[in-house]
Amino acid sequence: MEELIEILEDLHPEVDFDTCDTLVDDKILDSFDIITIISEINETFDVVIPAEEIIPDNFNSAKALYALVTRLEEE
Amino acid sequence: MLFTSFDFIVFMAVVVLGYYLVPKKWQWGLLLVASLYFYWCADPRYLIFVGVTTLSAYGATLWLQKIEQDQKSYLAAHKADLSKDEKKAYKAKVKAKKWHLLLLFLGLDLGILAVTKYTNFVIGNINVFLSDASQLSMVDMIVPMGISYYTFQTVGYVIDVYRGKQEVQKDLLKLTLFVTFFPQMVQGPISRYGDLSKSLYEPHSFQRKTVSYGLMRIVWGYFKKVVIADRLLSGVLTLIGGQTVGGVTMSYDGAYVFVAMVFYAFQLYCDFTGGIDITIGIAETMGIRLAENFDLPFFSRNIKEYWNRWHITMGTWFTDYIFYPISVCKPMLKLSKWSRDHLGKAVGKRVTVYLSSFAVWLTTGIWHGAAWNFIVWGLANWVVIMVSQELEPLYEKFHGRFKVKGKLPYELFQVIRTFLLMSMIRMFDCYRDVPLTFRKVGSMFTSFDLRIFGDGSLLQIGLSVADYILLAVCLLAVLAVSLYKRKHGSVRDGLYAHSTLFYSAIAVLVTVILIFGAYGIGFDAGQFIYNQF
Repeated sequence: MEELIEILEDLHPEVDFDTCDTLVDDKILDSFDIITIISEINETFDVVIPAEEIIPDNFNSAKALYALVTRLEEE
Repeated sequence: MLFTSFDFIVFMAVVVLGYYLVPKKWQWGLLLVASLYFYWCADPRYLIFVGVTTLSAYGATLWLQKIEQDQKSYLAAHKADLSKDEKKAYKAKVKAKKWHLLLLFLGLDLGILAVTKYTNFVIGNINVFLSDASQLSMVDMIVPMGISYYTFQTVGYVIDVYRGKQEVQKDLLKLTLFVTFFPQMVQGPISRYGDLSKSLYEPHSFQRKTVSYGLMRIVWGYFKKVVIADRLLSGVLTLIGGQTVGGVTMSYDGAYVFVAMVFYAFQLYCDFTGGIDITIGIAETMGIRLAENFDLPFFSRNIKEYWNRWHITMGTWFTDYIFYPISVCKPMLKLSKWSRDHLGKAVGKRVTVYLSSFAVWLTTGIWHGAAWNFIVWGLANWVVIMVSQELEPLYEKFHGRFKVKGKLPYELFQVIRTFLLMSMIRMFDCYRDVPLTFRKVGSMFTSFDLRIFGDGSLLQIGLSVADYILLAVCLLAVLAVSLYKRKHGSVRDGLYAHSTLFYSAIAVLVTVILIFGAYGIGFDAGQFIYNQF
């Protein structure tokens, strides 16, 4: 989780990723951010997030994103 | 049957009336008949194209569903005797089968779109390299009305089914209605099945508020289209195409290009948003909710924000079905990794965003028209967005140092800057010729003559003093409505609270349309600009 928070904070240092759960709904993350995050996750966790998983529910909070990464790692 | 024709207004009134008179279970059936009739009126041959698209989507989604069900049954039946790796291998095999089926569907449907819209463009470009004697002849191709819109809408539905995000519509007639729903055949919006199906097939009882709201939206749309956009059209056509006065051919440069740029921005805005207002309003009168396509785009502070507010359904479609899939495909991830390893983290991080955006903007340009000016227009947007992206840290520093962020004068400056930049890029759309656009836009900076604003020159371009006064008043009304919406939300809610005011506003708008509507001025005045896409 710490590595994931680091990736997110690198993009938006002004956001509190421990508490924010409206990252997409409030347009804090845009499509460029999402792609950068996916690329970083691929690099750090060796996990490929497929296009069908790019939905607001999976990117609205660091917690949801971490759950997605964990699920994909297990698969 | 143009939206602005008397025939269409009668057709629309009959459909809405019929919708509430027939038994509720027949309502969607009535809409299907009306939609097919609307399309048949445009050209009966179009029905063949839309029929192929609908049938292929129907077949593909049922097949995808069957593959999925077979997989579930097989895995359930062999739960105990398959190892984890065997299950994984089986799933991968099924996934490949689904992928091939999807490719087959996309090849057929996007192939029809490509052949009908782009054959002559390709022939024209090949001819550049051929001698006069061996030139290829152009093909007399049928381009079905709204083919880009209904193809994208259908492709989106099939991909959603493929991704397991969408249930399959097993009723062929209901699917046909989704593909052909008549209000959105002219210029979108590009609806998602999951959103539109919620209200499209549901029965609706007559509700005064719903019908009144829809009616207000329709009238507001006609006001923007017929009173503003079509009035500006004559001025724009003259300034862009030139005119012959007393045997002398006039070509407009310098400050005139600036005027054309601003006029075209307002014309396109009123034409496109007006058409979408009519579309959404018609659906709304029958209780059907279509996706919004605009969110006050001219209040955007940068181009990225502008594209999140203008033609929203197209933007989100490209993001979900082109930008993301390209960004996360294996070759792209490999390229990104390679770039990180060999060119550094900074480059590696940017590769995906740059290349995927390039693909999106190239496609957006091609989608808008089979011509180089649209391709250059798309790529110009890409360049500006990428440059803004790179300048972002610099802007942040500037904002931090001068504390201007969020201050009204600075926001106003940002809004005007974005408006002018977008208007300038849009000139590729206007002149339809890349070198000519560069020359004309360049002339704004080399021979800007302020005198044309005071010496009556602008009264020689097909617009009278009365036209200018009317345009100023109407555009101020549009601005006032936009500002109200920005600050307080729905204007209709505000008006409906005082029912007399609400219906008086409709009556005033209808009167203004009837008296001041620009009927038949200029070339093809009633047609919508986005209808050609």
